[in-house]
Amino acid sequence: MAALVLETRQLTKSFYDPAPFEVLKKIDLQIQQGEFVSIVGKSGCGKSTLLYLLSTMDTDYQGEIYIDNELVTGKSDASLALIRNAQIGFVFQFHYLLTEYNVVQNVMLPGMKLGKYTKDEIEFRAMEHLRTLGMHEQALKMPNQLSGGQKQRVAIARALINDPLIIMGDEPTGNLDKKNSDLVFAIFNELVQERQQTLLIVTHDPDFAARTHRIVTMEDGRIV
Amino acid sequence: MNVKLLFNIALHLLRARFKQSLVAAVGVTFGIAMFISLVSFMNGLNDLLDGLMLNRTPHVRLYNEIQPSKHQPVDFDPQYRNQTVIINSVKPKDRGKSIYNGKAIIHDLKQDKRVVDVAPKITAPVFFNSGTIEISGVVYGVDVAAEEKLFRLSDYVIAGKVADLNQSNSIIIGKGLADKMLMKIGDVVKVTTAKGNLSTFKIVGILQIGIAELDNTMSYTSLSSAQKLLGAPTNYITDIQVKLFDIQQAPALTKEFSKKYEVDGMDYQTTNSQFETGSTIRSIISYAVGIVLLIVAGFGIYNILNMMIFEKMDSIAILKATGFSGRDVQWIFIILSMIIGFTGGICGLLFGYIFTSIIDVIPFNTPALPTITTYPISFRPLFYGIGITFALTTTFIAGWFPARKAGKVDPVEIIRGK
Repeated sequence: MAALVLETRQLTKSFYDPAPFEVLKKIDLQIQQGEFVSIVGKSGCGKSTLLYLLSTMDTDYQGEIYIDNELVTGKSDASLALIRNAQIGFVFQFHYLLTEYNVVQNVMLPGMKLGKYTKDEIEFRAMEHLRTLGMHEQALKMPNQLSGGQKQRVAIARALINDPLIIMGDEPTGNLDKKNSDLVFAIFNELVQERQQTLLIVTHDPDFAARTHRIVTMEDGRIV
Repeated sequence: MNVKLLFNIALHLLRARFKQSLVAAVGVTFGIAMFISLVSFMNGLNDLLDGLMLNRTPHVRLYNEIQPSKHQPVDFDPQYRNQTVIINSVKPKDRGKSIYNGKAIIHDLKQDKRVVDVAPKITAPVFFNSGTIEISGVVYGVDVAAEEKLFRLSDYVIAGKVADLNQSNSIIIGKGLADKMLMKIGDVVKVTTAKGNLSTFKIVGILQIGIAELDNTMSYTSLSSAQKLLGAPTNYITDIQVKLFDIQQAPALTKEFSKKYEVDGMDYQTTNSQFETGSTIRSIISYAVGIVLLIVAGFGIYNILNMMIFEKMDSIAILKATGFSGRDVQWIFIILSMIIGFTGGICGLLFGYIFTSIIDVIPFNTPALPTITTYPISFRPLFYGIGITFALTTTFIAGWFPARKAGKVDPVEIIRGK
């Protein structure tokens, strides 16, 4: 059996404003190394909320989350930041590149933060990732000179820079046309095939979900 | 914490908002430049006026005060011991103005390591006779070389040479006095002492200190001429003037010396107490204005950082999502603020120096201060140190509050909010 990458135990999340409301109800979820998982469900079913809890950015919940068999619940802001930096790669619906940096610098940033490699090594690795994604020719452009699909590919390269345990995506194709959407899926698929990269993608798109290994469907804060 | 990376990010954010950052930096520059100009100018003025006083008053002055004897004869009568004695109409005792054993005291003081130099002086109240009119005044008999060394007498001599005082019966008179008596260099002036001795002196110089009261009455001659005028022996001196290495020690040393040599003493601080107050208040005003200017600049930085953080919410969210902690983000913005403060501050020091250099060469002629030709400026490195410290402190505080806000930004809210 493959190693457990991500695990939740009795994960519960409530909103109190304007009225108390349980968004997630005792979620138990396990994701293994090399799995390509998609989370689907209607709007408001709590799938994005679940992703943000798993990403360690939202710490206001009950229950436990384990990343790489290590309990992350209750850790300090700084150590959670380190976990995000080293173990998790993010791809958002709206590209979210830093407009002050050019493409390759954007990709390098999390690597520079981790500081595991020298600047030259990180730059080399960033260029390699961009090359794999067909973006190496745009390396010195600024983000506002890129199309939506190109930006998303840069964001994927950035997510890969620290060889994360898991890549999380929040509607990564939600803002893209069919062609770019397929391209992004192809990239994800390739990562799973070639690197046994673990992926957890929240999506609206049934076509996209259908092509993943495992579909987690959510309804009213529960996995069905 | 990777300071270099945080610094790099701060620089990039700064470059993206270059104009606003520039405005903030200019605010600091203006504040610091004004601070430097004000403090340098005020202190230049203080130094000038201090110098005026210092050149006229010794740090320690030893003399014989006219006062009644501390012990009246009745005190020595055993009959009245332990009784309250009331004596009416006590008169001051004439101990003579001459300092007993003056030369030995001077010799002893010159050996003291805390003393720069000592100058003897004779103060003689006199009348200057001009035709039938008598003008009251003072003749100071001084050791010309020592007086020049300690009090820079020549700075105030507007005509003639101080060295000429060494000629027998020569005198340098105040400008007011010369104007009144219509006298110029080379003329002969008649001087009568309080005891009626009459002498004639040849005027070798005109002196202007800038204080009318003094210029109208005072005159300088050599020690020997003054002794001759008074018909006093060559060991006659009325004042011993002492210059110290550390002026702050003056009150303590005055006490020590007056006890040791059994004479009365007056220290610089007591003589010029009202003057010190003026200097202190001028310093306080210039520092207060400087600090107010910097606080205003600080508010500018605070505003601009707040705006920048609001605009850069997305970037902050990404930084946090990709592994920067709240503390990292907070430092990025503090560094950003400090960069503004540092560059603004350094430019401020530079402009402050340029401004003060310009003021320093502006002509400033006043008949009251003959030695001054331009506005006084004090170029002390200390002011520049204080200036840059102020700039960094203000910008740190101004940056700290918005930076803390940035550190607390919840990335989930930003990312979901889209």
